[in-house]
Amino acid sequence: MTVDNLINWFPFGTEWPVLTFVTAVIICALPVFLFIAVYALVAIYAELKISSFMQDKVGPMGQGVGLHAWKFGILQPVADALKLILKEDIIPDLADKKLFVMAPFIVFVGAFISFAALPFGQNIIIADMNIGIFYILAVGSLSVIGIILAGWSSNNKWSLYGGMRSAAQIISYEIPAGLSIISIVMLTGTLSMQGIIEFQSGTIWGVLPNWIIFNNPFSFIAFFIFFISGVAECNRTPFDIPEAESELVAGAFTEYSGMRYAFFFLSEYAEMFVISAIAVTAFLGGWNSPISGFMNSSGWGVFWFMLKSLSLIFLMIWFRWTLPRLRVDQLMSICWKVFLPFSLVNIFGVGIWSLLVG
Amino acid sequence: MYRDFGTIFLFILIGIVLVYVPLLIQRLVAPKNDTPDKLSTYECGEESEGSAWVQFNIRFYVIALIFLIFDVEVVFLFPWAVVFKDLGLLAFVEMSIFLLILIVGLAYVWKKGDLDWVKYRVKYAHGRYRKAITEKEGKTVGTP
Repeated sequence: MTVDNLINWFPFGTEWPVLTFVTAVIICALPVFLFIAVYALVAIYAELKISSFMQDKVGPMGQGVGLHAWKFGILQPVADALKLILKEDIIPDLADKKLFVMAPFIVFVGAFISFAALPFGQNIIIADMNIGIFYILAVGSLSVIGIILAGWSSNNKWSLYGGMRSAAQIISYEIPAGLSIISIVMLTGTLSMQGIIEFQSGTIWGVLPNWIIFNNPFSFIAFFIFFISGVAECNRTPFDIPEAESELVAGAFTEYSGMRYAFFFLSEYAEMFVISAIAVTAFLGGWNSPISGFMNSSGWGVFWFMLKSLSLIFLMIWFRWTLPRLRVDQLMSICWKVFLPFSLVNIFGVGIWSLLVG
Repeated sequence: MYRDFGTIFLFILIGIVLVYVPLLIQRLVAPKNDTPDKLSTYECGEESEGSAWVQFNIRFYVIALIFLIFDVEVVFLFPWAVVFKDLGLLAFVEMSIFLLILIVGLAYVWKKGDLDWVKYRVKYAHGRYRKAITEKEGKTVGTP
């Protein structure tokens, strides 16, 4: 645990325990924020470039006065960020101003505090709670409140429709995601993120890594249910009906501009990382190496964790640029009529499997 | 334990500060010249028509109700899942009964058609709904 390590490492830890604790948490929190910001810049750039390759169109090539010489449009995300911070901050006259201002805070804080419980490596987890995965699922749904506040407070029809759709979608897809996680917890018998990863060390029959996705057929299905529900919870295409550009302008974020909009954007990318990280932790062995005993030290753990998470994010981007948007009734019926029954069956399946097989 | 949740509490505070600081920076560097048109509600360039705070479809309410039931179920399942392996068959059977009751509820909602976003099964259908039902099911439905 990073916070505990830092506290032990401080020379004056026993004299001012509260001060030491606060300092330790701040030292942990700032790198997390930096990580989110840098990762979002990289992800935006990757999204532009990957979409260009996939759809055979021209991506960013160079950016800005005097910076044009830079190759491959690497500064495009930086230019985007600069543009967002230089934009005029507009709060519509008719908006409910308090709620309008509050919404980005709630959405971002909800995404940000999930990072506190993500196991980046063997020893790198800011708060190794015994209810880790439950906490992340609970906190992850905070963003619904922010989005619905944004939609409601804008006093704009597009925003209201987007916000309501978004809320309906996120809360619906939370059920299959939660039930899939339950089928994992039944196997591991712990809610702690590190505990779940430690359960997955070693191999099955000396060949496959002992990841939960390979543990039994039901958890194999559970992974797909969880991941697809996760993509839907992030409001990504093909599930981006809440902010469908061609029908709802920008959904709940229509009236937002400048930094306030940037924080919604940032939180969307942060949520993507959180979903991928949960999927990696719960199903793909977390920081365990895919080949047992190969590059399995604590330093490489961070590498494997990042590699797996970023691959899943690549998958999400791939979805976005190859699949068309679902219709709203299709979206809801997939959730309630396909994923929910399947994830209930999964729970029975995992139960019977672990009673019979062990 | 208190350290873990203390960390989370501080994370919330730090998160709020981290949103607030860029907003302050923006206030310093960004231009600020409001005009009434700029501050009006965006409706694709048209003048906005009435308030947006209107009634919306009750289907959202139904979804929220179903969600509530199943979310509570998920919360009940978590502690059971943690100790499931220690308790074995008895716990599994007990939880199966609990789940089956909920599955019966799901089946009922499904049969009622509340999971359909667009409901065709209206008892006394008018106009295009009536036409859609008769085309879909090939039978006539009751009249008001």
